[in-house]
Amino acid sequence: MKQLIYQVGTVIRKDLAVEMRSRERLIAMLVFALIVILVFSFAFDLRVQDAAAVAPGVLWVTFSFAGMLGLGRSFVREREDGCLDGLLLCPVDRSAIYVAKMVGNLLFIALMEACTLPIFFALFNLALPPLLLVVILLGTIGFAAVGTLFAAMMAYARARDLLLPVLFFPIVIPLLIAGVKLSAGLFDGQPWSEINHWLHFMIAFDVILLVVSYLSFEYLVEE
Amino acid sequence: MAERQSQETTARTATGTPLKARPARAISLLHILTAGAIALGLVMAFLVAPREATMGDVQRIFYFHVAASWTGYLALAVTFVAGLLYLRRGERRWDRMSWASAEIGLLFITEGIITGSLWAKPVWGTWWTWDPRLTTSAVLWLVYAAYLLLRHSIEEEARRARFGAVYSILAFVAVPLNFMAIRWWRAMHPLVLNSPGFGMTPTMLITLIISVVAFTLLYMTMLSLRLRVARAEEALRQLRLQQEGLT
Repeated sequence: MKQLIYQVGTVIRKDLAVEMRSRERLIAMLVFALIVILVFSFAFDLRVQDAAAVAPGVLWVTFSFAGMLGLGRSFVREREDGCLDGLLLCPVDRSAIYVAKMVGNLLFIALMEACTLPIFFALFNLALPPLLLVVILLGTIGFAAVGTLFAAMMAYARARDLLLPVLFFPIVIPLLIAGVKLSAGLFDGQPWSEINHWLHFMIAFDVILLVVSYLSFEYLVEE
Repeated sequence: MAERQSQETTARTATGTPLKARPARAISLLHILTAGAIALGLVMAFLVAPREATMGDVQRIFYFHVAASWTGYLALAVTFVAGLLYLRRGERRWDRMSWASAEIGLLFITEGIITGSLWAKPVWGTWWTWDPRLTTSAVLWLVYAAYLLLRHSIEEEARRARFGAVYSILAFVAVPLNFMAIRWWRAMHPLVLNSPGFGMTPTMLITLIISVVAFTLLYMTMLSLRLRVARAEEALRQLRLQQEGLT
C-alpha cells in the first residue's frame, strides 16, 4: 500500500512537472470553459427571462466540456516519442498509473473549476451554496474516473479527439443528471431531505465507475 | 428467384468451405422458426389482436415497439457477456460475438426508438420526451454508436477487441444507472408490465409474447449470419496473410 502511494505520487509529480513547464493543458481548459460560459450567457440572455433557471445546466455543460478537453490531453504527451512505452516499462504497477493519471486529471479539472466558478456566479448573479462545492467535487471525480480510462484508449485510436466525447458522454449522463438536479435544488433552496438522494446516487456512481475503471485499466495497456 | 438464391448460396458455400472447416447450411431450423414466428406475429398483430378502445389502431405498433426495444437491450447484455468472456479467455469467437451483437443491437434499438416516436406523437402529442425509458433507449443508442466507432478507429485486432470489451462493461454498468437516475426525475412511459393483467386482453398479451419471441429469434438469426460473415472475413484475412508470406 505504501509502495502504491509512492508510485502514484511519483507519476503525479512527473505529470505536474510537465504541466508546470508548459501550462498548456490548464490554460486550454480554462479558456474553453470561459468561452462556453460566455456563449451560454449571452445566447440565453436573448430569450430566457430567468437566467437562474438555466444556470445549473450551463454549469454542468461547461465543466463536462472543458473537463473533457483536459482529459483528452492527459495521454497526448505520453504518445509522443514512446513515452507511454517508457511509462509502462517503469517498475510501477499498471493500476498505479491509472490512479496517478486519474488524480492528476482530477486536480487539473478541479483547478479549472475553481477559476471558472467566480465568473459563473458573477454572470448569473447567484450566491454560492457551500454544499455545491461537494456536489461539483463528486461530479469531477466521476468525470475523471471514466475519462482517464477513455483517454488511455484514445492513445491508441485514430481520430482520437473526435472519439473521446462520443465515448465519454453516454457513460456520464447519469452523473450530469444528478449534478444538475442537485445544483438546481441548492440554487432554489429546496430542503436537503428532498434532494439528498441525488448525492447518494452520485457517490454510488463514483464508487462503481472508479472500481470498474480501475479493474479494466490493465486490459487497456497490456501488450 | 428461389433458384437464383439457391445458386448464390451454393456458390458461397463452395468458396466458403475451403476457408474454414465449418460449412454452414444455407437454411437452418432457426431460420424456419424465425420466419414462422414473424409470419404468425404479423397475422396476430394486424388481424387477430383486438382494436384498442382509446388509442385505436395506433396501438398495434406497440407489438413491434416492445419487441424491438427488448431485443435492443438483450443485445447489449450479449455484447457485455461476450466481452467479459473475451477478456477472461482471450478467444476470438467471443469478440466476434460481442461485436456482431452490438451491430444488431444498434439496429433494433433504432427501430424501437422510431416506432416509439410514431406511437407517441398521436397518443402523447409529442415525438419525444425525456422519460426514463426513452432516455435510456437514447443513451443505449449512443453507447452502441460509440462502441462501433471505437472499434473502427483501432487498427490492432487484439487491442480493438480488448477496448471494445472494456467499453461494453462500462456501458452495461452505466445504462441501468441512467435508467434509475431518470426514473427519479420523471416517469411518463406506460409501465406495461406493472399493472395487473397488463391492461391488455388475453389476445393482446399472446400477440405481444409471440412478437417478442419472433424478434428474439430474428436477433438470433441475424447474429448467426453476422458471425458467419465475420468468420469468413477472418479466414479470408488469414489466407491473404499466408499468400503474402508465400510470395
